[in-house]
Amino acid sequence: MTFLLGSGAGFSGDRTDAAIPVVAELIRRGEPSALIFETLGERTLAAAHRAMRENPDTGYEPLLEELLAPVLKDCLEHGIAILGNFGAANPGKACEVVTELANRVGRPEAHIARVHGDDIRSRLDELDLAPWEAETRDLPAPEQLISANVYLGAEPLVQALELGAEVVVTGRVADPALFLAPLMRHFGWAWDDWDRLAAGMMAGHLGECGAQVSGGYFSDPGCKDVPGMATLGYPVIEVESDGRLVVTKPPGTGGCVTERTVKEQLLYEVHDPANYLTPDVVVDLSAVTVREIGPDRVEVLGIAGKPAPDRLKTTVCYEGGWQGEAEISYAGPNALARTQLAARVLRERLTFRAPSSLRKRLDIVGLASVFDDDDGAMQRAAVANGDGDFRLRLAVEHTERVWVERATQELLALYCAGPAGGGGVRRGFQRRVCTASYLVKRTDVEAFATLVGQRSHDHVTS
Amino acid sequence: MSQAERYAERITVPLHQIAHSRAGDKGDRLNLSLFAYDPRHYEILVEQVTEARVQALLAHRGTSCVRRYLMPNLAGMNFVIDDVLQGGVNGALNLDGHGKTLSFLLLGMEVEIDREQLGY
Repeated sequence: MTFLLGSGAGFSGDRTDAAIPVVAELIRRGEPSALIFETLGERTLAAAHRAMRENPDTGYEPLLEELLAPVLKDCLEHGIAILGNFGAANPGKACEVVTELANRVGRPEAHIARVHGDDIRSRLDELDLAPWEAETRDLPAPEQLISANVYLGAEPLVQALELGAEVVVTGRVADPALFLAPLMRHFGWAWDDWDRLAAGMMAGHLGECGAQVSGGYFSDPGCKDVPGMATLGYPVIEVESDGRLVVTKPPGTGGCVTERTVKEQLLYEVHDPANYLTPDVVVDLSAVTVREIGPDRVEVLGIAGKPAPDRLKTTVCYEGGWQGEAEISYAGPNALARTQLAARVLRERLTFRAPSSLRKRLDIVGLASVFDDDDGAMQRAAVANGDGDFRLRLAVEHTERVWVERATQELLALYCAGPAGGGGVRRGFQRRVCTASYLVKRTDVEAFATLVGQRSHDHVTS
Repeated sequence: MSQAERYAERITVPLHQIAHSRAGDKGDRLNLSLFAYDPRHYEILVEQVTEARVQALLAHRGTSCVRRYLMPNLAGMNFVIDDVLQGGVNGALNLDGHGKTLSFLLLGMEVEIDREQLGY
């Protein structure tokens, strides 16, 4: 029997009404299914740890209530398991929020489980760490260290489902493991059935970014047109017991699932396609094929698997000082010359108003910005109509807040002391949490699940 | 110029005209996938969108290494690019710390193609 995986969110900050049509479709089809919220990335894990430093009651997905409230009751009533990494840096607190929501929808008896074991901060000293393949930074000094979270695999999530969980709350797990877990539970695949594990992981890989497989992060007018982008249908992925996958979306929603949308998502954040590392299996996409078999129905075949790696990726967050940004606009006749003058004046001010240790970057939005490097090579070479609409942007970083404040204040001062017609200043600064990645031995990681309100002694090693 | 000569003419077009791309990031490592709209143009990508050209395109960003993985089944390829994000999403000063916009820097690269192959 087919198992259906629905995506309710693909990142922290995603549309909070996206899950509603997905859940309606899962209920309409009536087949066994699960709903997955993937809301945790490298940026958002760092943001969660930053928030928790300021307030220990935060650190979980800020939109958790808004995401779950519209669909929790329907999912509980129809046996649709919900799995989400919305616990982020604080899964315990997220469980409290879910419990409160379950009470509110009249289901106080709902089984909510928490996955433990990703947080290895307290044991970091004793563990054997190796740098992740593209990591060049040394491990930060202990006093700078904020957190260390392992990318767990699907095993503790399967354990949570076996405990009867209707909602599974996790912190850092490999995103596609959220999708693999209900498949493992439903189909009873063996943990060394590499091809099926790989297919399940790729079902997760295709679904984990929500609309990115169904018309989001895709449209390029005139080249790749997408209908109904204001009501994009988030993906539903059909998985068969032999590992065959079909990507589709709820009928009546916007967006599209085509060979092209699926191909782009298939390689998203993948490095060597023959060796895509996940905690539970190494995926080999060398022989993969993608084929449209109907409107908004795309079949993915040929996914192969190899034994799981011996080490698991770990993200370490550490103190990164302060960062700040400030911007000002110039438009109309001679605007580019006025923007460039503002940049020169600001640069000169910063030579005597800030220490040389201040890391800084000046962009001219409208001329060269996101493609440029920190030194402005493209900005110097760029040619533009000087009468346009330009925005000078200053970005700075320093270990001490005062210099970030002082530097961005220098941009603010351009209002009165800069070139003519400067307007629209925006200015902000915040603590920066940096991240680096390492590998820990799988055997050093102990991951397990507990039901909220109960303690489990049934630990498993992931 | 005869019709046959005109069709045989070699012209230069941006990749954007024959291919689509998506950017993804992990740490300070970026991947750019690239797919031919028409599978018959895949060989043009293989011949002309080389590791060396992508390295040159992104040299100003401090790119240390570019690797290309061919995916003939998908009429596409995957570029894995190190140290192009100047610190990555939690370390960059760039407005776009993820490097999400960089797929369109790649699509601005020019390739040569027979006018006939474009179907004009």
